[in-house]
Amino acid sequence: MPATSRYARDVAVVAFAQSDHRRSSDELSEVEMVMPVLHQVLARTGLKAGEIGFTCSGSSDYLAGRAFSFTMTLDGVGAWPPISESHVEMDGAWALYEAWVKIQTGEADTALVYSYGKSSPGSVRDVLTRQLDPYYLAPLWPDSVALAALQAQALIDGGETDEGALAAVGARSRASAADNPHAQLRGAVPQGDYQVRPLRTGDCPPIGDGAAAVILAAGDTARRLCERPAWITGIDHRIEAHGLGLRDLTDSPSTRIAAEHAGVFERPVDTAELHAPFSSQEVVLRKALRLGEDVVVNPSGGALAANPVMAAGLIRIGEAAARIHRGASDRAVAHATSGPCLQQNLVAVLEGEPA
Amino acid sequence: MTAAASPPEVLRAPLVVEFPFTRSLGPVQSAFLTGLRERVVLGVRTTEGTVMVPPVEYDPVTAEEIRELVEVGATGTVTTWAWNGAPRPNQPLATPFAWVLVRLDGADTAILHALDAAGPEAVHTGMRVRIRWAEERTGAITDIACFEPHDGPEAAQATAHDGQFADAVTGIVAEARLDYTYSPGRSQTAYINALAEHRTVGERCPSCHKVYVPPRGACPTCGVATTDQVEVGPAGTVTTYCIVNIKAKNLDIEVPYVYAHIALDGADLALHGRIGGIPYDQVRMGLRVEPVWTEGGRHPDHYRPTGEPDADYDAYKELI
Repeated sequence: MPATSRYARDVAVVAFAQSDHRRSSDELSEVEMVMPVLHQVLARTGLKAGEIGFTCSGSSDYLAGRAFSFTMTLDGVGAWPPISESHVEMDGAWALYEAWVKIQTGEADTALVYSYGKSSPGSVRDVLTRQLDPYYLAPLWPDSVALAALQAQALIDGGETDEGALAAVGARSRASAADNPHAQLRGAVPQGDYQVRPLRTGDCPPIGDGAAAVILAAGDTARRLCERPAWITGIDHRIEAHGLGLRDLTDSPSTRIAAEHAGVFERPVDTAELHAPFSSQEVVLRKALRLGEDVVVNPSGGALAANPVMAAGLIRIGEAAARIHRGASDRAVAHATSGPCLQQNLVAVLEGEPA
Repeated sequence: MTAAASPPEVLRAPLVVEFPFTRSLGPVQSAFLTGLRERVVLGVRTTEGTVMVPPVEYDPVTAEEIRELVEVGATGTVTTWAWNGAPRPNQPLATPFAWVLVRLDGADTAILHALDAAGPEAVHTGMRVRIRWAEERTGAITDIACFEPHDGPEAAQATAHDGQFADAVTGIVAEARLDYTYSPGRSQTAYINALAEHRTVGERCPSCHKVYVPPRGACPTCGVATTDQVEVGPAGTVTTYCIVNIKAKNLDIEVPYVYAHIALDGADLALHGRIGGIPYDQVRMGLRVEPVWTEGGRHPDHYRPTGEPDADYDAYKELI
């Protein structure tokens, strides 16, 4: 086990699977989209659905336009005979946090965490306005790109980046994604026109459908299921005030505090999987997490290459864990976000034992 | 009978979700929004003495309840901005505009709104702006139509205000409409298409061999895809039922009527349907029924008795 463990139980990510993320998947219902991913992640551990101690999912009804849409995807889990199950109306990274807590309490030794987003039925920019404060913001319908653009301009005004540097973030992300068969945008992708200035198409995430799943396990169970478990040596999440005008948009104190509590700064990390749907947000997160040039950032391509809403954060944890599984990383930081302009942030440290 | 897999073309249809949420306002938000109706901008003083506009009821740092209202200026300074060259439906202006965060004179925090400007070259952080009031004001954030450029120095200080107005606004209706294109996916498309041909198809689980109707593409017991199509019915058995005595709005069915679970022959799951062609108080468990389609109907209008003897309880007890 990791010598630095600060928790009651040692818990690791032992398997990760994700779908190919695509602009549209309207030939598939949500359960039809999720089920292959569930089968893959179970196959990687050899576990059967009935052997999983706890199941937790993340998704949002607003994407599908249907109430309780997550209940349908439970068919893909095999929820009969009855299982221990929960759901968060958030990114699956927060479902993973709930599952991790469940294992910490000793009520489960293994957990299946999955999340999915089918953005194609609606206009996701408009849909996401409905998560804003209903009194002062939602009646103005400021879309997700507009709010990110305000943050980007604040960074430019503050001298922390410029449009060229932002374009480089997008280009690097999509070049990295060339090796990621699941990514929606790969290789050289034109930076494109302004969407909401100063953000161009290349600074914004693609809109797409996709799903991801992770299996967590504790202690010896993790060792049995995985050759090199990705131990979660720290995990924490924090939130900031909702009002954008109350916040310094060029900084992310919630990310920094979560990172401190997760122990990110205790030793160097070699990899960072950051949930930065907009190029400008990577600038903010690099600063908050104090990432130097020697850290590999988003080798998967990150959210700029594939951003299935509600799954993209869980994918960051999964991608970081997968690098540890295959020996490409020894200590990685994974980050997930939710809400406008990095309002909520989750930070996890994943570590592999020395070979 | 087992049919070939359905073609990949799936059904698609517009789906509109509309909701007029009625929300009540607390004392601070009520004063703020009523003030906008009266062209007065109010903020709230925090425990530390800073002025928040727009105001909230609890200090974001200390979480203490805060109630000390102050009036601030209708002019302010842009703290950051973004040029919106292609306004989306419902946004404050239909012509290209800048999204802005504006710190109003006398305030320490910024408010989000739109700025009507000639183009991105006419906007910069630090520029001076003023509120353009909506002609018709109701006590909502949209009472500020937008901001517009304003050539004037920062002047106003926050001044005490009792927050009292005649006929205070105590609630808002948050109208929202989202447009979707709904697709039910492969499995349910096949089901709906078969219904249009007056056939009912389910899907069989390759693992436990149960036949699900309507199919959703997955076996909830085994967690695997159900892909083998199976035609079931047309007749079935009432497994349980209820008598409905409340007339639904926009539904042209006389009450009382019977709503039942019906296990179609060959299915391992009962589906829902209305029972007709028999007095409501004579419907019973085990009654044998068959679907009745109306002209042009895409699904059975109701189920009626077949006239067969009732099914044995043992024949359907697992499906109740």
